[in-house]
Amino acid sequence: MSVPLEHDYIGLSDASSLERSSESSNISSDNASNNVFNIKATELSLGLPGFAKNSEENAAKSGPAIKNYMSGAKRGFSDVNFSGSGKGINGVFEKNQTQQLVSSSYVKPVEEEKKGPVSENGSVPPSAKVQVVGWPPIRSFRKNTMATNLSKSGYVAEANLGSGGCLYVKVSMDGAPYLRKIDLKIYHNYAELSKALEKMFSCFTLGQCTSNGIKGREGLTESNLKDLLHGSECVLTYEDKDGDWMLVGDVPWEMFIDSCKRLRIMKGSEAIGLAPRSMDKCKKRN
Amino acid sequence: MPTMDPNRKKSKPVDLVDSVDSRVELTESTRSCPFPDEVLERVLSLIDSHKDRSSVSLVCKDWYNAERWSRRHVFIGNCYSVSPEIVAARFPRIRSVTLKGKPRFSDFNLVPEDWGADVHPWLSVFSSAYPFLEELRLKRMAVSDESLEFLATSFHGFKALSLLSCDGFSTDGLKAIASHCKNLTELDIQENGIDDLGGHWLSCFPESQTSLEVLNFASLNSEVSFDALEKLVSRCKSLRVLKLNRNISLDQLQKLLLHCPQLMELGTGTFMQELISGPVTEFKNMFSNCRKLVTVSGLWDATPLYLPVIYPVCASLTFLNLSYATLQSSELANLLFHCRSLRRLWLLDTVGDKGLEAVGSCCPLLEELRVFPADPFDQEIFLGVTESGFVSVSRGCPKLRHVLYFCRQMTNAAVATIARNCPDFTHFRLCIMNPGQPDYLTKEPMDEAFGAIVKTCTKLQRLAVSGLLTDRTFEYIGQHAKNMETLSVAFAGNSDLGMECVLKGCPKLRKLEIRDCPFGNAALLSGLTKYESMRSLWMSACNVTMNACRMLAKEKPRLNVEVMRDEEGSDDSQAHKVYVYRSVAGPRRDAPPFVLTL
Repeated sequence: MSVPLEHDYIGLSDASSLERSSESSNISSDNASNNVFNIKATELSLGLPGFAKNSEENAAKSGPAIKNYMSGAKRGFSDVNFSGSGKGINGVFEKNQTQQLVSSSYVKPVEEEKKGPVSENGSVPPSAKVQVVGWPPIRSFRKNTMATNLSKSGYVAEANLGSGGCLYVKVSMDGAPYLRKIDLKIYHNYAELSKALEKMFSCFTLGQCTSNGIKGREGLTESNLKDLLHGSECVLTYEDKDGDWMLVGDVPWEMFIDSCKRLRIMKGSEAIGLAPRSMDKCKKRN
Repeated sequence: MPTMDPNRKKSKPVDLVDSVDSRVELTESTRSCPFPDEVLERVLSLIDSHKDRSSVSLVCKDWYNAERWSRRHVFIGNCYSVSPEIVAARFPRIRSVTLKGKPRFSDFNLVPEDWGADVHPWLSVFSSAYPFLEELRLKRMAVSDESLEFLATSFHGFKALSLLSCDGFSTDGLKAIASHCKNLTELDIQENGIDDLGGHWLSCFPESQTSLEVLNFASLNSEVSFDALEKLVSRCKSLRVLKLNRNISLDQLQKLLLHCPQLMELGTGTFMQELISGPVTEFKNMFSNCRKLVTVSGLWDATPLYLPVIYPVCASLTFLNLSYATLQSSELANLLFHCRSLRRLWLLDTVGDKGLEAVGSCCPLLEELRVFPADPFDQEIFLGVTESGFVSVSRGCPKLRHVLYFCRQMTNAAVATIARNCPDFTHFRLCIMNPGQPDYLTKEPMDEAFGAIVKTCTKLQRLAVSGLLTDRTFEYIGQHAKNMETLSVAFAGNSDLGMECVLKGCPKLRKLEIRDCPFGNAALLSGLTKYESMRSLWMSACNVTMNACRMLAKEKPRLNVEVMRDEEGSDDSQAHKVYVYRSVAGPRRDAPPFVLTL
């Protein structure tokens, strides 16, 4: 199962610069699917109102954390590998640079070298993703409370629903560079959910969205979306409590949100192993 | 000057060491003072500010003596800068002590356990020097149950205990306080590393306890006896601050509020409850008698259905702490619509930029904003706030002075706009959560952002920087941050020059804390003449060697230069954690084996 390629704030894929060259073969295979998006990315299409804002908010991924910044690192500072630059999906993105309307960071061109004097011995962090001790600077009480919050209120879908609050699950879409999180509790049926997901992930299919405040041509875009999603046979699947991947829509809504831990929008071809149903059928259920 | 918030400090404390140090240089003056000592003392007793008192003590010997006899409150910013004996010798009539211990980075697990800052030696000395001690406020001190018991039994008039970010004690210690302190007015337990053995401590308050004014147990996890709590609240008619923990339910809260209509600050318990009829019906009158309420916090698990319950009191609120309520933007907007008088607001970043727009539109009087991350360690998450939310707030809230902002993306342009909109910043702490992240639009370092802040905000006292920063940031800081007293730096800078600029350029610098930066020996030693005018310097995971630390210690005997060894410490030449502070008490005698005083 392919994990969506995670991009840092400048669109580099998530791998240390040392590993990047070996991953270039993977990257090029992803390029193929990315190309679909990038052709669309060249279109000056406007996103749905309200959605653009989400995109803005969520655009920048918190990029790779610092290897070697662990407290107690024995090496002197100069020993640490700082080259944060590296190859990424650059060729494809660069030509789109001038046509972008907004700062969805995943379509930002990748820079081979950092500007300015920082690349030498400066504080440019290496890109391996490791948790750093004591960072971000948050006191233990808050850390522990939020962790309890997560499990108590079902912020992560591991928990029971009895305590109300939110029920956040991660949603990934094959080929999309990063994940989203949604609160299942705000939807009441499959129709609402799928509509919301279509809106949320439209930018990966139609290209980027506008900056705040610009209204989209809603009707046209929405129908394009539906066509696109159905046309390309995207299938909505979820991981249940037992870790199995199921098609969304098979069980009553209440049972679904009770057992859903994670959502994934698969390419139709990948969902062959699961019972074939379309998005339409999901909607018909309600 | 009356303030709305009685807990707000009126004066900025100044290190005791400042004036203790200068005592050594005092010369005998001719007795020119026309007043008898008693009169002078009476006059000086009206001076609250520590800074002023420090100045007073330097005038002449008579004034020095009058000041020391009239001082009632002593503030000790670093417990190792002075010894309890020295304090007791100088100030014979102290009733209230504020004592801070560990370096601030201990809050983030950068200081090993058993580092020190034990309060007990202080209590021992105080028990004979200040038997009438009434107040003790501790921050980042190591406090044991034995110490708490000792405190409770040695000081018969003891009134107020505040423990913030301390560790080493359990709820048993609280039992001792509750049982023995007959005149207790304040018990404020916040965010401590406490061993929570149960809620029985609250039941230890005797029936005769009627003097409580402040009770804060919001950060304790176990359930207390509601019956005991209700009785306690109903007999303490002067209760003005009540902060409950999460276990207190909504209908329990309702019952409690019936007993304390005089309450000024409330921390609710869980703000959600399964009900048959709607919450607004059940609880709509909950706050109707709370006419003095100015602060609300807690609101754990609050959902849109329940928030309207507090609408009736929103208009008069000046401080709203929503940092444990996972609200979305619309919920916040609906709530803030009613909160036009807010001066201080703490939020979780679940409210998003849209929520912050609501802040900008609804709270023109806002002076303090803190936005905490709901999910700081999950790097796949893209929720949260961005530069645009911050800009929205700055547009609507020009009186902003104090900001703590956690985000995942920021731009130089946005911060420059924010600085222009809010030139009165005194505390500016921006945490871009991914270390070393540049301006996400231009890919440039965030130098210009902090440059804009220090250039525009001339009143800036406290600054915390983040993101990709070169030495340029520190050049700006050195050039412009002339009122800055505290600077926190992490994952920033290119070379020694950065730190040197700060040490040379910031005349009012008192606390400098640095982690994971390429500052080395030259930088450390460039501050040779500076450190004695500062409270402390912390450097961890930088490029400093033991030799440089030894040199510093040798040149400056009045500084304590402490190096913390790594547990796995193999490399003895690198100084991984360095803590330098001025002291009149000499090197620590209680240093654990991993702390080397050079």
